[in-house]
Amino acid sequence: MAFAGLYNYWIVVVLMMIGFYVVIAQGNLVKKIFGLNIFQVSVFVLYITMSKVDGGTAPILDDRYQVYSNPLPHVLILTAIVVGVATMALGLALVVRIREAYGTIEEEEIEQQEGELP
Amino acid sequence: MAVIGLAYIFLRNLFAVVMLSGMFSLTAAVLYVVMDAVDVAFTEAAVGAGIATVLGLATLGLIGVVNEKPSKRSFLGPFLVVLVTGAVLINATLDMPDFGDPNAPIHHHVAPRYIEDSGREIGVPNIVTSILASYRGYDTLGEVTVIFTAACGVLVLLGRTRRRKPHGQETGDRETASGDGEAAK
Repeated sequence: MAFAGLYNYWIVVVLMMIGFYVVIAQGNLVKKIFGLNIFQVSVFVLYITMSKVDGGTAPILDDRYQVYSNPLPHVLILTAIVVGVATMALGLALVVRIREAYGTIEEEEIEQQEGELP
Repeated sequence: MAVIGLAYIFLRNLFAVVMLSGMFSLTAAVLYVVMDAVDVAFTEAAVGAGIATVLGLATLGLIGVVNEKPSKRSFLGPFLVVLVTGAVLINATLDMPDFGDPNAPIHHHVAPRYIEDSGREIGVPNIVTSILASYRGYDTLGEVTVIFTAACGVLVLLGRTRRRKPHGQETGDRETASGDGEAAK
């Protein structure tokens, strides 16, 4: 019972940690941003998991249904998805600028070039 | 999904990473449909799988780098941090209510009021729409502000590029892509 009830949360944690690992361990900036994307999606899945009700249906009013899943997390995540993509666009734009300034998108090479400056 | 996520770590080809992120979002959208969140699934499929992939491809086109260089750094430190954080989070989930439990605290605050009264008060059958546009309209206003700020940021960052290098005609692609982001919302 405990396993079946908490399975979704564990998937969320695993996904979140994969995203976290990509962000902190990978040196490539584009890959880091997509790692952040995985992290975001894991949070979305967490919210949608919480909004699910057993035997419920999608929150669209109809006389045939009495039980609906919780609509509030859906609204919050709807907002969060769009904000997440806006953030990603900004991050990728920064990567493009970094590429123009340093000629690379590898973190180590950027640090090397910074070290050569006084 | 976890498999797709794991493949992220090992893939060195950035083009494949971008494509994989599209697949990842689409899988997430299917998962949302299974969990009765159809509106969220729409948005994820359109914005997450569509626009994010376009943005990623546009970036790759701009920077012209397709392959990642192998990292010389040790992976042990980050791996330990991730392991410890994951263990703490798993420990935290043990206190969470079971999946689909109708008695979970989240279903007993404002949600019943939305479900019972929004049809009469707002007159829109889709509860998600009525909350988004009416009860939590300020959230949506804030969201639009964030998108506007992000679009301004992208334009400032990439607009300077074009002034310095008149040949960078690809910057136009990026601008239309972020414009699509606004239109989708």
